[in-house]
Amino acid sequence: MGASAQGYRMVVVGVSAGGLSALRTLVGGLPAGFGLPVAVVQHRSKDSELLCELLQECTALEVGEVNDKEEVRAGRVYVAPPDYHLLAEDGFFSLSTDAPVRYSRPSIDVLFDSASDVYGPDLIGVVLTGANADGSRGLRRIVDQGGYAVVQDPGTAEVRMMPQAAAKAVPEACVLPLDAIGPHLASIRGRRVPPCRGARA
Amino acid sequence: MAENKAEAREADGGPRRRRVDAAEAARARARAVSLPDTPSDYPRELEKIEVELLLDGIHRHYGFDFRSYAYSSIKRRLWKRIQQEGLETVSALQDRVLHDPALMEELLLDLSINVTAMFRDPGFYLAFRTQVVPVLRTYPFIRVWHAGCSTGEEVYSMAILLQEEGLYDRARIYATDINEVVLHRAKSGIFPLEKMQEYTQNYLAAGGARSFSEYYTAMYDGALFNASLTRNVVFSQHNLVTDGSFAEFNVILCRNVMIYFDRDLQNRVHELFAASLVPFGLLCLGNKESLRFTAFEERYEALNAKEKIFRRKG
Repeated sequence: MGASAQGYRMVVVGVSAGGLSALRTLVGGLPAGFGLPVAVVQHRSKDSELLCELLQECTALEVGEVNDKEEVRAGRVYVAPPDYHLLAEDGFFSLSTDAPVRYSRPSIDVLFDSASDVYGPDLIGVVLTGANADGSRGLRRIVDQGGYAVVQDPGTAEVRMMPQAAAKAVPEACVLPLDAIGPHLASIRGRRVPPCRGARA
Repeated sequence: MAENKAEAREADGGPRRRRVDAAEAARARARAVSLPDTPSDYPRELEKIEVELLLDGIHRHYGFDFRSYAYSSIKRRLWKRIQQEGLETVSALQDRVLHDPALMEELLLDLSINVTAMFRDPGFYLAFRTQVVPVLRTYPFIRVWHAGCSTGEEVYSMAILLQEEGLYDRARIYATDINEVVLHRAKSGIFPLEKMQEYTQNYLAAGGARSFSEYYTAMYDGALFNASLTRNVVFSQHNLVTDGSFAEFNVILCRNVMIYFDRDLQNRVHELFAASLVPFGLLCLGNKESLRFTAFEERYEALNAKEKIFRRKG
């Protein structure tokens, strides 16, 4: 539960409209030996089944939709199944069919919030393109617990609203163009780094 | 009190009955609100201690055992109640709940209502029609157990499917839940009218060949489903955590119920299911539930791995 000397232990990613292409760039930018588990919430319709295959095409990391109580393993990409909330527990994931949160199921905030409970300062949160404000509260929570925040530069986002809202809620977030996010995560994964800007007053 | 209401419901449906049911349906809908944000600065390790103390107290005082529920979702459901009561700590909720049985009833609803839909995951019902129904035709009498049926959406879905396949008259569906209030609502057969469009789409995608609206009567605030659908349904309270087996079943459906349980409790419930299925009986789980993380993988073979339909080996 406490902070780990080795560095971060989990990356959580939230993305909405424009997400497929953004996720392919992000995941494709992670090295084969990335070594951290990556959990992704992408807002999508109930019958979109191809997301994992399309992501798998562009990475050597294993990509899969989460099954309930699935163990967290390093270097694997976990995608929230459509129509379920994805929650982090200590060492595994749980799913929930509780009502949508601010119209979303899966909800980015629910994943970020639950992961922050489990991983505290050992967590990296990433908010990418999207047309709503999901993820802002969860990212704020991650940074309040000592974790690290990355937001896609809204100028490089297909839809800028979600990264804009996240950057506003979390001024400490490191704002990066999409194609720089994967390499940045790879460069910081082994050591905890301070926020990009000074902590808020 | 619950029984009086049930009797009133047996009588011919007057406007008063409908108002009561519609109000109840509205209340149940209002309950299905989202997982709340928990306070950002709450000390996490203390919170875990408080949650464990609360659940232990509820178990010892009221007998409801939520101690083996998945932590991160039950915690969020507790916070919803804490915020609704205007409280600030888990311990404050413990104080209130242990001294106020009425609040315990509210909390029981918060913790035990599972949200679902008619023909949720249409692919499952399609697979049930094409792969399970032919097996069921070989039995003279069919017992189906919907374990954790909540407000009944999937029970009515199964009843419709069995009627259309000509199997309903030789079937009995046992629909159970820990919670009397949701069972009562399931029994009423009234579902939100605004859901009918979604349910109709699900029904068609699930292989339904009729007009879905044949199955209900639209009222001003709800869709009342045909009484013929529940003729062979037995609604009954049953607690998966503490109660044992009560019959032998050809099919057990328990979809997206055990996702709220931790792995130990999942294993205990699987023990109960394995003991409650006839040889070669069928177990149907939710789309993202797996036997892989349980001790029961060896006891079943997959009839349809994608739709999570498993057959007990011998």
